[in-house]
Amino acid sequence: MSEKNTQLKVSAIKDGTVLDHIPAQNIFQVIDILDLSHAKNPVTIGVNLESKSLGRKGIIKIADRFFADEELSRIALAAPEATVNIIRNYEVVSKKRIDLPAEVVGIAKCSNPMCVTNRQAVTTRFKTIKEGKKVKLLCHYCEKTTEEFIPLRH
Amino acid sequence: MSKSLISIHDFSKEEILHILSVAREMEADKSQKLLDGKVVACLFFEPSTRTRLSFETAANRLGARVIGFSDVANTSISKGETLKDTIKMVSNYVDIIVMRHPLEGAARYASEVCDIPVVNAGDGANQHPSQTLLDLYTILETQGRLDNVSVNMVGDLKYGRTVHSLLQAMSHFSPRFCFTSPDELRMPVEYKEFLDMRGIPYTETASLQEHLCDCDILYMTRVQQERFSDPMEYEKVKDVYRLERAMLEGVRPNMKILHPLPRVGEIADDVDDTPYAYYYKQAENGMYVRMAIIACLLGYK
Ligand SMILES: [Zn+2]
Repeated sequence: MSEKNTQLKVSAIKDGTVLDHIPAQNIFQVIDILDLSHAKNPVTIGVNLESKSLGRKGIIKIADRFFADEELSRIALAAPEATVNIIRNYEVVSKKRIDLPAEVVGIAKCSNPMCVTNRQAVTTRFKTIKEGKKVKLLCHYCEKTTEEFIPLRH
Repeated sequence: MSKSLISIHDFSKEEILHILSVAREMEADKSQKLLDGKVVACLFFEPSTRTRLSFETAANRLGARVIGFSDVANTSISKGETLKDTIKMVSNYVDIIVMRHPLEGAARYASEVCDIPVVNAGDGANQHPSQTLLDLYTILETQGRLDNVSVNMVGDLKYGRTVHSLLQAMSHFSPRFCFTSPDELRMPVEYKEFLDMRGIPYTETASLQEHLCDCDILYMTRVQQERFSDPMEYEKVKDVYRLERAMLEGVRPNMKILHPLPRVGEIADDVDDTPYAYYYKQAENGMYVRMAIIACLLGYK
């Protein structure tokens, strides 16, 4: 199935941002990280769309909203292969990949139950380590590696 | 010099060597009133008499006064005060904080919420950098060098934080390692990868006898029950090694046995009188190293 046909399954937006190639199982993590459940703009979500590279992917279209790179880099943990399309007047005017930030602050939870961040009101901080398609997180506090990305709840 | 001592990774090779050379001066002159009029807080959120006495004596020998607590019973912490509030309050009273805490990362966090130096005297299973520095000091003292030393680590290499930190600190000095452990307690893969990346050689064995005669340092550790979540796993391995005098025939003349203490059964008493036993002096060295740490962090050396 061509890229164009897949796009048609989710209604087009006039201006805004389309986040594509999100692993289908992580789409709600991305919504959480960008806090889209509290957004005022129209947000269209597509899940379990076919994708050559991911098998099943998700798409999020956010009308009339453009994100700073720093904001977008926060979703790299949940969707390291995601692409960002900027739409102006129904046209894709720019398309780029998401860069993995060297450090993530206040997004992920440490998997170590004895970590101070899980017992006291401490903002989490991790160094990111990319291994192939996987991203590991090295905790700034307990110095343990978290293999699975667990988002902090807002 | 770094502001705080939280993790051995925060210290460069030069900073480590600086601390060790100041510790040597402290050993040569055990009472230097460098810190007259200073106050050191020793905050032990979990009890550790051995470490606390060593730090408190170090501070006293430098002429400082010591305040603090040795466990949290009967303090405001047991009433639910946050770590941040305790540290912020104490940091307004004193010049430096030495702390031990059961949560991993607690000392790092403490150093970020106050403006005075913090020394990590153990944060759960994570770091205990003064132990690592005193191990290095003792290796240097016994071998006359830190470079090209052959270290045989014995016991719990899976959960033992002292061996992990020592391994990483020694990586500055072209060591070679032997890891002696039961199968259940082998050195974790991440540390072996760390050595592979740096081209540092190591061998692994389950037999204590196998590499006794080709090492300079025999670093024995206790199997710590509290690190095991499965009591059956602990029962299987707790008494796996016992070093006895008779086993020491043929070891290198310069070989020294170190142990972070307390020991339970892994070194027999008859080893104590051999020229190889060095664990009591190692514990004593801890005081000189802690004197050096406190003095350096307060800017006196
Ligand atoms: Zn952590």
